[in-house]
Parts: sequence; C-alpha cells; structure tokens
Amino acid sequence: MIKFSERQLKTPKFMRPVYLVTAGQSKYARAIPEKRTEELCIDALTMAAELLGMTPAELKKYIHTCYYGHFADHFGDQLLGEAVIHDRLGLDPLGNIGIKSGGATGGSTLWEAAKAVASGYSDCVLAMGWERMDEVPTDEGNFLIASAADRDWESPMGQIYTGYYAVMAQKYWQVFGKAEASFRRTLAEIAVKHHGYARFNPFAHGGMEITVDDVLVSPMVADPLRALDCCLMSVGAACAILCDEDTAMELTKNSKNKPLRVWVTAGSHTLRPADRRDMEIPLLPHETADQYKDLGKEFPGGDRYPGFTGFLAARMAAYYGYRMTGINDPMEDLDVIELHDAFTISDVQTYEDIGIRPYGQGRDFVESGDCYHKNPLTGKPGRLPSNLSGGLIGCMHAVGASGIMQVFEIATQLWGRWAEIHGDEKLWKEFGREKPKDWTDLQVKGAKRALSISHAGVGSHVTATILMDPDHLLKKDA
Amino acid sequence: MSSYGQVQVKNGRYKFRGDFHRLEQHMPIRNADEGWKLVGVTKPRDMTYVHTYGGEAIFFESLSQGKLLATKCENPACESNGSIFQPFRIHCPDCLGKNAVIDMTDVAKKTATIHTYMVCERSGAFNMLDKPIRFINIEFKGVSTILFSYLLVGEPQIGMRVVPVFKYYNPTYTILDLSWVPADTKAEALPEGFGF
Repeated sequence: MIKFSERQLKTPKFMRPVYLVTAGQSKYARAIPEKRTEELCIDALTMAAELLGMTPAELKKYIHTCYYGHFADHFGDQLLGEAVIHDRLGLDPLGNIGIKSGGATGGSTLWEAAKAVASGYSDCVLAMGWERMDEVPTDEGNFLIASAADRDWESPMGQIYTGYYAVMAQKYWQVFGKAEASFRRTLAEIAVKHHGYARFNPFAHGGMEITVDDVLVSPMVADPLRALDCCLMSVGAACAILCDEDTAMELTKNSKNKPLRVWVTAGSHTLRPADRRDMEIPLLPHETADQYKDLGKEFPGGDRYPGFTGFLAARMAAYYGYRMTGINDPMEDLDVIELHDAFTISDVQTYEDIGIRPYGQGRDFVESGDCYHKNPLTGKPGRLPSNLSGGLIGCMHAVGASGIMQVFEIATQLWGRWAEIHGDEKLWKEFGREKPKDWTDLQVKGAKRALSISHAGVGSHVTATILMDPDHLLKKDA
Repeated sequence: MSSYGQVQVKNGRYKFRGDFHRLEQHMPIRNADEGWKLVGVTKPRDMTYVHTYGGEAIFFESLSQGKLLATKCENPACESNGSIFQPFRIHCPDCLGKNAVIDMTDVAKKTATIHTYMVCERSGAFNMLDKPIRFINIEFKGVSTILFSYLLVGEPQIGMRVVPVFKYYNPTYTILDLSWVPADTKAEALPEGFGF
C-alpha cells in the first residue's frame, strides 16, 4: 500500500500568473517527405505569429527561453534534435532545453515552459513540440516505440507497445465494461465521433465518415481493440507562446487573441505496469471516499486501485490541477476538453481518472451524449464537448506535438476563433485537403474554461493543462 | 571475414571481440510522382549493443536453472518491510535499502493466477515470440506487484491458475526464458527447450 505525505500532496502554486497568448501548428500527416522537421516547426511558429498579427521576426524578439518537446530521437536518428531546430528557428544564443516524457512530451514541454514564466526567470517563452515517425517501416516503428517500455522486462515480449497497453484495456473491458457488447459499441462511438470531428479540421489526417459497424469490423489489433479504435501515427509540429501579464498585454494588443491564464500540473506512475502497488483512491474535490466503498461489489475485481484499470498519473495531474485552479466539478466548471485518446478505451479510463464520471461509470459520458458538440440524444449542445479536434484518433499523434496541438485547439475555442481558423479555405488548400461540403462549425459558444490531458505510454507521465479566460477565474489567487 | 561480436568482462572492463557494426551503402530515395527527383537517402546500419543486467543478473541467470527469484524488503524501519517484489527490484522503492533475494518458485507454482491478459496479433521488428502472442499478467499470493509475461500453451482467462515453465535448453538469458502454462498442463505438451 502506497501512502502519500502531506508535502507530496501540496497544492502547487505559480509565483505569478502565466498567460497563453498564441499557438500554431503545421499540417499533420502520416508522412511528409517533402519537408524537413525544422520546416514544420517554422510553419507552426509562423502561424503563432500571424494569429497575433505579427511576423515571426517580430515575435521572436520577445522570446527569452525555449522548451522543445521531441520524444523519439531514434526515430529521427538525431540526438540533440532540439539544438538543430533552435538553430534553424534563429533563436541562438537563447537558452533552450529538450523535454521527453513519451506521449506526454507535449504537455510536459508546456509544464516546463509555464514554470519558467511563473518563476520570473523568463517573461516570454516558446514551447515547441514535434515528431517525425515516417522514416521507418511500421514494424520497425513498433520496435522503436517498444523501446519506451522496460527493455529487460517488457520490450523483448513482442516488441509491441500496444500489447503492453492492451493488457490494461482488457482488464478494464472485463471489470468495468463487463465485456458487454453494448460497451463495445460505446467504444466504437468514440472512434466514430473522433474520426468524424477530424473531418472538419484542416490540420487532421484521420478524418473519416464512418459508422459504429465500420469500427466493429475493422482489423483486430488486440482484442477488444480494432484498428479504428487506435490513434494515428503522425508527423507534424505545434507551438505555444507563454508570457507574464505585461508581455501578454503587449503581444495581444493588435490581435483577436485574448491572453488566457494557463496552469500545467503533472503526475507519474511506473513505466512498468507490473510494478503498480495498491493504494487508496486519491480523491478529487467533488468526490468522497464513501462513493467508492462498494466499487468491488459493483464491479468484481475493481477494488484494487489503481490496479490495471486506472491511470494514477492522470488522477494526480487532475488532483493537483483542480486544487490549483479552483475547479470543483469538471463537468460544471469546464466548457471544452481535449483528452489523450490513444485508444477508445483509454479515453473512457481517463474520464474516470479526471473525475468527469466516477470510477466504473466512464461509459456514461459517451452514452449520455455529454461528450458531443451537439448531444445526439437531445439535439442540444453537449455539456462538455471533448476532442473536437478529432483527438489522437482522428487528428494526429505526432508525439512531441500532441499535447501542444490539444492546447492549440482549446485555446482557439476560448478565443472564439475556432471557425475562423478551421474553416479557412486557404488553409485547406495549402494542406492539399478538400474542405467537406458539410463542414460544421464546432465552436463551443461562450467557452471560458478548458482542459487538456497529455498522457504517456501506459500512464507513466500525464499532464493537465488548464486554460481560463482571466475574467472567468474560479479562484482569486490561482 | 566477419564474426559475431562477443564480450567478456575482465579486470572490471568490457573486452570486445569480433564485429559490432557493419557499414552498408546509402541509397537514394526518389519521388516517383515528380520526375524521380531526389528526396533523401536511406541510412542502413547494423549494430550490436552491449547491456549489463547489474544487480538483476542473478534473476536472469536463474531462469534457465528453473528458479524464479524475487526480492523482499527486510528493513524493519521501512513502511514496506516484508513486501515481496516480482518483478525483481534490487532496491526497495520506499527505503531504497538493498532488498534480500528470495526464491519464490514454489509460491509461483502454488498461487499464480492470471490478473489480466491480451492476445496480440501483431509484433514489432526483432520479435522472438510466435504469434499470436498471449500476454499475461500474473498475480501471486503475498506478492505486492504483478508480473508481465506470456502464456506458452492454451488460451488465457482472467483468474486462470498457471504455473511457470523455464527454458532449460538453449536459453536466451532474457525474460523470454520464463513462461507460463495452465496448471494442469502435461510436460509432453511443452515446446522443445521448456520444462517445469
């Protein structure tokens, strides 16, 4: 049984407010042989500057330090790729550092960038993430990804990370999903939703109009997960600019971007799921210990926490993040979210870890229609739309960029610029993609607060990035 | 003439013999849709890595001797005192003291059950297991963690009683030398090289 000390559970606090002023991203695709990685990074930074009504050269004059997220050096065969990008962005001699935390690399990059501003070290920082996963065949790619598992205890087994993940999915499927056909269909609905929303996102490369039945007959990857339940493998770059208050006001004076307050928190858990030890469930502000006392009776096998069914790192990122920002109930306090949907089932697991639904009841977030932009049951706006970008299943998973892509997406929602950017004909044309005739505006009207979850591997690292309109804070001294 | 790279430790240092890498010609990558213009090059490479098991070496050595070793925190001042770790942890995750090595082969034979499993149809490059791979996680009575491994015979189910089998002949000296079979499996059903 693991027990945490009070010091370990301290609510984090920034020493001064941190603001997100702009963000940008490149096109995402399975392969982009016509561009080097730095070209994609320059595309992202150029877009971030344009959203402020500035040139990249003008924006660069404000940047003081740089935080680069790039997970898989061995995919690109380039150690210190951060230094290459930094040079090509013309940002020498500014201090820079590379950040790696698997699938959470993008979120971790924002975590480091935010702390640099919060501490006063820098007034304006660049957080840039990218990944290049197109330069090896898929089976070698699987081998390289499996290197992120424990190389003596796990990787030799099949050299396939999906398998290490899938044992957890199977446990959740049987314990909380009760291996019900109806739950399998709910998972498929998530795939339909995310591939569907991606159709309206010009940056995305997994947009598809599909049905639940299409998902259920797609090739089996690891039972119960099929090909359309799984995230994409992508190439691309995304960036964000974080500032203190004075710099934020100056940078946004000629822009539609309102500076957004930003907080990032993080949790971790063993890289090797085998090492998970039991503990009591760390409770979120709106939960009580009582509500979980019969969990094992309701869901036999579900009383071992975190067991193989929950992501403790996600729970801890939310634990710190909600207390830091004053979020009580995420369903009430947030307007839009982007989650790390590596697989449809891990999306459901995350609903529970971050308190959108209690443990064991994640599927209800989908079945109630709450997770949609427009609730298909009521025809009214969904209570908490999730992954309107298409997520990792429909938009992209260019690992180092993914967590920043999510923040780009929720920021455009809070700026009220989602339709302007995602509906831009010029962008669709530039990316060589056809804008669908039924293109739909997925702006969440009046969105003021948002959350994104960036997640690594089997839950080894997870970050929570929370954005709020500064006029709609939940806690005065946050 | 090339030979496989071999390594020994002598006087506290690695002694390398044979070939550890092979150079091959780079090849151009051209765009078939755009007049065969140059896009880039391939970068072939064949390299042998060297890796120490350190304090876990005894665990991997013991597998081909039919023993499943674990570790136990015996620090009376530690809140995890008495905890048994499988996977083998050299140090206690709480007090960071050096754990005692224990033989848990009998515990595994008598109490191992499948906590969860996955039948995986795919693999990555350099995979050495037959497909589909039946990944299993195994829980043991009195052990605080859950071991990841693979089922060699039969179809896995949560709660199934399993027993360990070891690769006595031609061992790989990796975690693949340990596998599991349903508790009622007969010796003649085991693949060549494996035994109870």
